Amino acid sequence: MSDMSSPIGQSIKRREDARFLTGAGQYTDDVVMHGQTFGVFLRSPHAHARIKSIDLSAAKAAPGVVQIFTGADLAEAKVGGLPCGWLIHSKDGTPMKEPAHPVIAQGKVRHVGDQVALVVAETVAQAKDACELIVVDYEELPAVIDITRADGHASAVHDDVPGNVCYDWGHGSKDAVDAAFKGAAKVSTLDIVNNRLIPNAMEPRAVNASYTRHDDSYTLYVANQNPHVERLLMCAFVLGLPESKVRVIAPDVGGGFGSKIFLYPEDVALVWASKRVGRPIKWTAERSESFLTDAHGRDHVTKVELAMDAKGMFLALRVKTIANMGAYLSTFASSVPTILYATLLAGQYKTPAIYAEVKAVFTNTAPVDAYRGAGRPEATYVVERIVEQAARDLQMDPAAIRRQNFITEFPYATPVGLTYDTGNYAAHLDKAMAMAEVGGFAARKAASAAKGKKRGLGYSCYIEACGLAPSNIAGALGARAGLFEAGEVRVHPTGTVTVFTGSHSHGQGHETTFAQVVAAKLGIPVENVEIVHGDTGRVPFGMGTYGSRSLSVGGTAIVKAVDKVIAKGKKIAAHLLEAADTDIEFENGVFKVAGTDKSVPFGSVSLTAYVPHNYPLDKLEPGLNENAFYDPTNFTYPAGTYICEVEVDPETGKVVIEQFVAVDDFGNIVNPMIVEGQVQGGIAQGLGQAMMEGCSYDPESGQLLTGSYMDYAMPRASDIPNLKISNVVTPCTHNPLGVKGCGEAGAIGSPPAYINALTDALGVKDIAMPATVERVWRAANNAA
Amino acid sequence: MSVPLSLTVNGKAVSVSVDPRTLLVQLIRENLQLTGTHVGCDTAQCGACTVHLNGRAVKACSMLAVQAQGAEVTTIEGLAQNGTMHPMQEAFRECHGLQCGFCTPGMVMSSVQLLKDNPKATEAEIREGLDGNICRCTGYQNIVKAIQFCQSGAKPATV
Repeated sequence: MSDMSSPIGQSIKRREDARFLTGAGQYTDDVVMHGQTFGVFLRSPHAHARIKSIDLSAAKAAPGVVQIFTGADLAEAKVGGLPCGWLIHSKDGTPMKEPAHPVIAQGKVRHVGDQVALVVAETVAQAKDACELIVVDYEELPAVIDITRADGHASAVHDDVPGNVCYDWGHGSKDAVDAAFKGAAKVSTLDIVNNRLIPNAMEPRAVNASYTRHDDSYTLYVANQNPHVERLLMCAFVLGLPESKVRVIAPDVGGGFGSKIFLYPEDVALVWASKRVGRPIKWTAERSESFLTDAHGRDHVTKVELAMDAKGMFLALRVKTIANMGAYLSTFASSVPTILYATLLAGQYKTPAIYAEVKAVFTNTAPVDAYRGAGRPEATYVVERIVEQAARDLQMDPAAIRRQNFITEFPYATPVGLTYDTGNYAAHLDKAMAMAEVGGFAARKAASAAKGKKRGLGYSCYIEACGLAPSNIAGALGARAGLFEAGEVRVHPTGTVTVFTGSHSHGQGHETTFAQVVAAKLGIPVENVEIVHGDTGRVPFGMGTYGSRSLSVGGTAIVKAVDKVIAKGKKIAAHLLEAADTDIEFENGVFKVAGTDKSVPFGSVSLTAYVPHNYPLDKLEPGLNENAFYDPTNFTYPAGTYICEVEVDPETGKVVIEQFVAVDDFGNIVNPMIVEGQVQGGIAQGLGQAMMEGCSYDPESGQLLTGSYMDYAMPRASDIPNLKISNVVTPCTHNPLGVKGCGEAGAIGSPPAYINALTDALGVKDIAMPATVERVWRAANNAA
Repeated sequence: MSVPLSLTVNGKAVSVSVDPRTLLVQLIRENLQLTGTHVGCDTAQCGACTVHLNGRAVKACSMLAVQAQGAEVTTIEGLAQNGTMHPMQEAFRECHGLQCGFCTPGMVMSSVQLLKDNPKATEAEIREGLDGNICRCTGYQNIVKAIQFCQSGAKPATV
């Protein structure tokens, strides 16, 4: 795909960088509206309490206060609760429990940080001062924190969900798995925890909502990954407004990683209140609020068993997981530990029978939802840890046991509901092993041992399902939304192009990558293509960016619209060249009559479309502006091999990553520089999870113990090594670009590689993530 | 109560009156509408608000505006000269040292200081030197590369 004439396959520098590097980016908090007011939320100091009374009298009289709203105001206005976008049914056929998710607390608070009141004032400082004057009389209730004790806990997070179980779900064939275990020569088992994480996009969530009487409409600026979904959920499910009256703009967004997919209560509260106040209201989370209220990620407790024959061929996998939903069902929370998790438990292996049970529970903690990888990191961690354990139990080489179980023929239908279209798992394993010089590991380990250090090597052969999703399949699995994407290609008279995409960039560089795709298709300079995203007032429709779907789904919608432009252009060219439509070819920006030297350039065709003096007006509309929607026929399946090598100093517990090799198969690649950047960032987040990040609540009080960068360890520059990154290519078979998606791979593949390396070095079966220096030191000094 | 305050920002004299509790970063973002300087945390950890104050990189969230009385402040908006980006800005673009762009202004301002203090900084020293700036997108590898690129004096490619 990478001939020099095509921009596809070239590491073109990002066009968005100029504004970000000079301070000209415009994030939500940078937007100031005429008559701007500021909102501050009073938040619950308790994990679980009944609100007996709220006294606003002193706060209302405070300087600068415009208005104060509580849950009672929203209830009186009949504002609905926040919806959950995915319905999961329990094994017994009953639908999941969906307790109310009020915009502002009504009657009870359910986690530290829950909204209790919204104070609107002339300045942030005045709103904060007024918050201090609100008197809330709380009756504290016992908090449900530990997910292994939530089921059946005497205290109910929601009064209408006694026992705290949201659903008890099963997937796969229990009977087949039970039978296979009976005949197994060897069973490996592990009890593992996938630690809870706080996403920490560097831009805190922010909202600026306004209402105009001019046409009875609202405008919402919001740090969000999918503005049309935000609008749909807010209008249809909560506020009962027509979409035509609400414009949602997600301008420059400073990272998302999943945490900005969701419809948050603050967004709704401000839109609703902006009409009552009659002035724009802005709320920007302080970092402490982000820690308390952004949807968190992961938080699974799992028992996994792998049955094998005597030669280490996998016979069956049995997985039992408890997943934390937190206090409320966030937008896609229910799908993460089910549809996005258990369907990936085949990994890269032809394990014939798989069964997973997932019990989701409510706790008095912040909601938990999709975070970079969403379910797939958890699945990969289960699979790649147990496979490594199996190799150790059978005293087999960890690469060899993987290789002999690899799926090698495609398409391949797994026993957990997915059909992998293509892949070449041995190719990335081979390449990664060569890059990591695995053959020299034994000598390196001996050299470390001579220095009193412990060296270990760990593999992770991950797979993920991306490009969410075929809407009909998602619908059958409980999705309450479609998962297509929309694009519009507007050719201007002079031949420059504006592309409107429903995908959203919050760091991924769509303005560059998408322009490369369109420029390549139309044979025009990349500079002539402008990408517009993130505004429901400009982009016709969209489902947004998550699940590594932008290029494979959003890019394909654009390609389809470009194809329509070319098809219409051919008709215009045929008229100009006095030829039949079917004789016109389009190549390198020129329409030609096949087999002749008669041609007309793209720019002349576009001009003719808008100045239709010599034009087939009797059979063709003027203009050159096309829309397309694309609904994928399958998921895409990026896969790869990661190898991590660590050296541990048993005296201090310090771990040095000696090398980290990543070989991914993302199918075709449009901009290698951007893809490599995505892998680097993803691996850094995955290593953060494995090495240092962990959200911690006090198990009794439910206070968040890791509520700032002083106590939640974020990876810094000196924590992450230089990575050795490469790729192999098996093009996706079912989208025209042959692309698979690259955004989440790093975060999915890296934690098991690191932990497998570390447990190999230490000679222990397990070490809990995050494997902090203290945990490593303890393991090193008890194991020896 | 408000306090009169005079300082120089990006080469221009500024006279304002501010509430005494106003932070320097609030003055920059809200009073002066220089929104390139960002606020990413509330504990002086992330470095997104880094500006130069009298030629030193400082976190603008960690001092009061009134402490900048008479000072010369440079923000990310003032780093480019006559429409030409500073070599560090060029290097970040060249090496893909940014993704979402939110930490970037602070990261660039810190990096300029880092090389000013230690023009021959090793990779380890660069990584140590970035300790006060958090990036969630890049994994730092390309930020380090950008600083090394700037250090080398190489010119960016034209693509």
